[in-house]
Amino acid sequence: MGANGTNEAFVAFDRVQKSYDGETLVVKDLNLAIAKGEFLTMLGPSGSGKTTCLMMLAGFETATNGEILLDGKPINSVPPHKRGIGMVFQNYALFPHMTVAENLSFPLEVRKIGKSDREAKVKRALEMVQMGDFGGRRPAQLSGGQQQRVALARALVFEPELVLMDEPLGALDKQLREHMQFEIKHIADSLGITVVYVTHDQTEALTMSDRVAVFEDGRIQQLAPPDQLYEAPENSFVAQFIGENNSLEGVVEQINNKVAVVRLDSGDLIDTIPVNVSQVGERTRVSIRPERVEFIKDRLSPDAHTLKAEVLEFVYMGDIFRTRLRVAGKDDFIIKSRNAPDQVRLKPGQTIEIGWMPEDCRALDA
Amino acid sequence: MSDTTDAAGRIISADGRPLKSSLNRALRREKLRALALIAPLLIFVLITFIAPIADMLFRSVENDIVSNTMPRTVASLRDWDSTSGEVPGAGVFESAYFDLAVAAQKKLHSQLGTRLNYELTGMSSMFRRTGRRMDDVGEVYMDQFAALDQAWESPEVWAAMIGDADWLASEKAWAKAQNPGTPPPAFEVKEGAQAALPLTAALYKDFAAYLRLNDGDSPTQEEPWPVFYAALYTDLINRPDAATAFSGADAQRLQTSAAAVTNFEAVDYKAAFVKADDGWGQVNTWATIKAFSPKYTPGYFLNAVDMQKTPQGISAQPESQQIYILLFKRTLFLSLTIMFSCIALGYPVAWLLANLPARSANLLLILVLLPFWTSLLVRTSAWKVLLQQQGVINDTLVWIGLVNDTDRLVLINNQFGTIVAMTHILLPFMILPLYSVMKTIPPSYLRAAKSLGATNWTAFWRVYFPQSVPGIGAGSILVFILSIGYYITPELVGGTTGTFISNRIAYHISSSLNWGLAAALGTILLVVVLALYWAYDRIVGIDNVKLGG
Ligand SMILES: Nc1ncnc2c1ncn2[C@@H]1O[C@H](COP(=O)(O)OP(=O)(O)O)[C@@H](O)[C@H]1O
Ligand SMILES: [Mg+2]
Repeated sequence: MGANGTNEAFVAFDRVQKSYDGETLVVKDLNLAIAKGEFLTMLGPSGSGKTTCLMMLAGFETATNGEILLDGKPINSVPPHKRGIGMVFQNYALFPHMTVAENLSFPLEVRKIGKSDREAKVKRALEMVQMGDFGGRRPAQLSGGQQQRVALARALVFEPELVLMDEPLGALDKQLREHMQFEIKHIADSLGITVVYVTHDQTEALTMSDRVAVFEDGRIQQLAPPDQLYEAPENSFVAQFIGENNSLEGVVEQINNKVAVVRLDSGDLIDTIPVNVSQVGERTRVSIRPERVEFIKDRLSPDAHTLKAEVLEFVYMGDIFRTRLRVAGKDDFIIKSRNAPDQVRLKPGQTIEIGWMPEDCRALDA
Repeated sequence: MSDTTDAAGRIISADGRPLKSSLNRALRREKLRALALIAPLLIFVLITFIAPIADMLFRSVENDIVSNTMPRTVASLRDWDSTSGEVPGAGVFESAYFDLAVAAQKKLHSQLGTRLNYELTGMSSMFRRTGRRMDDVGEVYMDQFAALDQAWESPEVWAAMIGDADWLASEKAWAKAQNPGTPPPAFEVKEGAQAALPLTAALYKDFAAYLRLNDGDSPTQEEPWPVFYAALYTDLINRPDAATAFSGADAQRLQTSAAAVTNFEAVDYKAAFVKADDGWGQVNTWATIKAFSPKYTPGYFLNAVDMQKTPQGISAQPESQQIYILLFKRTLFLSLTIMFSCIALGYPVAWLLANLPARSANLLLILVLLPFWTSLLVRTSAWKVLLQQQGVINDTLVWIGLVNDTDRLVLINNQFGTIVAMTHILLPFMILPLYSVMKTIPPSYLRAAKSLGATNWTAFWRVYFPQSVPGIGAGSILVFILSIGYYITPELVGGTTGTFISNRIAYHISSSLNWGLAAALGTILLVVVLALYWAYDRIVGIDNVKLGG
């Protein structure tokens, strides 16, 4: 999935810039094409400009520069209420003086849809989010999760093709959030709508999205499907931001197009895949996922480079063991191993040898 | 510790008492502490707010001046039928004489006249004129008693005759001490004197108490009031054997006097009264006194709604004197107009305040509050300067040519002036609650409405406005209640057509001194406000009023 050119995209940001105060750019040169039916997530730390992008798309902020296209047509001058984009707000923004049914009926009323039609659609939308019995209640009489469902139903009831969601699950507890993630994804898929979803929670982004755009400082750092994002981060920021990550610093000693040998600052040598390095002598930050680290000799290839490590801490987490090591002079190196019958439980103070497949170790920007 | 229960199945707390009473005890301590904290405020409110209101409510029906000043007359009038068309008999005039003679000595008769004048014009001057004549009547008897025995003119003789021996002794000690700060001892009537000379003793007691309270004087040094001689005459005629209750010189003197009074020239009280003022010969005068002799009267309230209590019953005031209903209606109408003007002008300002960036909002807020920094009088006077016929607005209009110099607009000293000036003065009371409510409405509601397809107007009207209604409610109640009792501004810029009921209340309190009517008007105003408040609660719901949050 994924669109390649702006011309066939359903939503396209074309070199969009945004500044609120005329001094700093909050969004810097944003180019993004979203295909019809795609579930795209904007992921990034707070303040990275995600909401601003969404607001520009919804029409509540104007792009300082560049163009936003919806279905091929520029929408910079279309007022928000004519864009026909559904939106779920972080605090839900359910109208407190209206009942749930009135809230849902509101977008239909302003579209001058007849009463019986309206009632049928409201009923269908409420049933879709399993809130069929709550039409007569006020938002204040609902729990957070129920309000969330109503907000979702309201954004969908007028059958928009594009729905924007700004951290819609931010206020829910973990269990409910996971449940709703699944449900939102399910509804989006079954309706075939295009969703632009904003979150700062990487798990949420990975589990729900077709593609994830990682934002930092007003720029997209990487735009890729979740598995690629996790397994093949393109730079140190993405590697650090998505999932747990071990990083070691050093200098490129040898390089060909498949392997780069890196001498770490401690003097040890390791094999890596060159991602953001191209010549000998360049400084690099090497990234290895904790679950890809091996410490049992016979599971490693015989010619693999290994490093000495001292066990500092062992944490039993049920399904996995999480062990903290001192490696190459740094004592925040984490390894994760599955809790299997034949798994070794390391003890603090123990000294071991660790290694990994060269393709799991990526040499990124310093 | 596991919970234990007593025989009745109640849960017992750790110290062995039932849990419920333990809890109550703990809560009571907290309640007491809370009460102690607010006690100063509570006392302050009671003294400065509740007490005056209670006093006002009381004053609006209180009417004990008639029965206090003329107790004997009120008692004698009880048997008189005011619809008979005839002036009451000689007995009533005799009672009226003793009452009025005492009242005139105490200078209370003119107050009574003023009070009765509210009900019947002419009463005030009648009482003043009659009061001056009362001594003449007593002196007729005084001269005859004095001719009989010089001793009747001596204050000491009177004091010794009616005063108790113990009182007399302590009075002597007091006179000797010559201590100017201390009042004389309280007067005591001699045993027997009360029964033998009831009227005289009663009047004398009154006299002694009055002297002691007002001048700090003893009756032994003050000339007896002339009315005592009339009273003594009456008592001796009624009880010729009165002397038997006395001893020594007193008995002797009374004996002689009792024998002589039958030959005294008697006074015709009725003739004396009518001679002092014709009014006493009219039935209406007496009917009014009788009608207002009860201790409590609905008269003030009737006056406050343009009615009156006449001897014939309750009736409407003459058309020319009907004013209060009109004023109440006008006060309500102007207050409502001012309230709606405040909503119309204040709503956009509050909206701006709530939606501008913080810095400009603060500046605007200062501008809104600025009027509070200047005196109310200055603001009102500024409107005078602007609105008068030779004022800025008229000058400008004439200069532009919109208005002819000869027919300049009358913008002040009428209802328009009151509405303009009061809307200006009360505007902050509308803006502030509106602002604090609007501040709590997140902008995301408007955005949500627009994202759902609503135009700016629909989003405002269907989503924003309903949520700001509690602010409108709070502001309206504030402005309405403030304006319904407003007084200074209408007084200054209202002329005759733009004044409020409060101006009339102020007039009765400070100029006409008819406090009862002022209290009745105030009470009605209070009831109207409470009724409107109740109606508001029924229609809008008082929970729908928010001052913020
Ligand atoms: N209305 C605004 N006025 C000025 N600055 C803003 C406004 N909204 C957001 N910003 C700034 O723009 C940056 C990006 O904000 P935002 O888009 O809300 O980030 P995110 O949603 O990723 O947390 C932040 O530095 C924030 O302070
Ligand atoms: Mg945000």
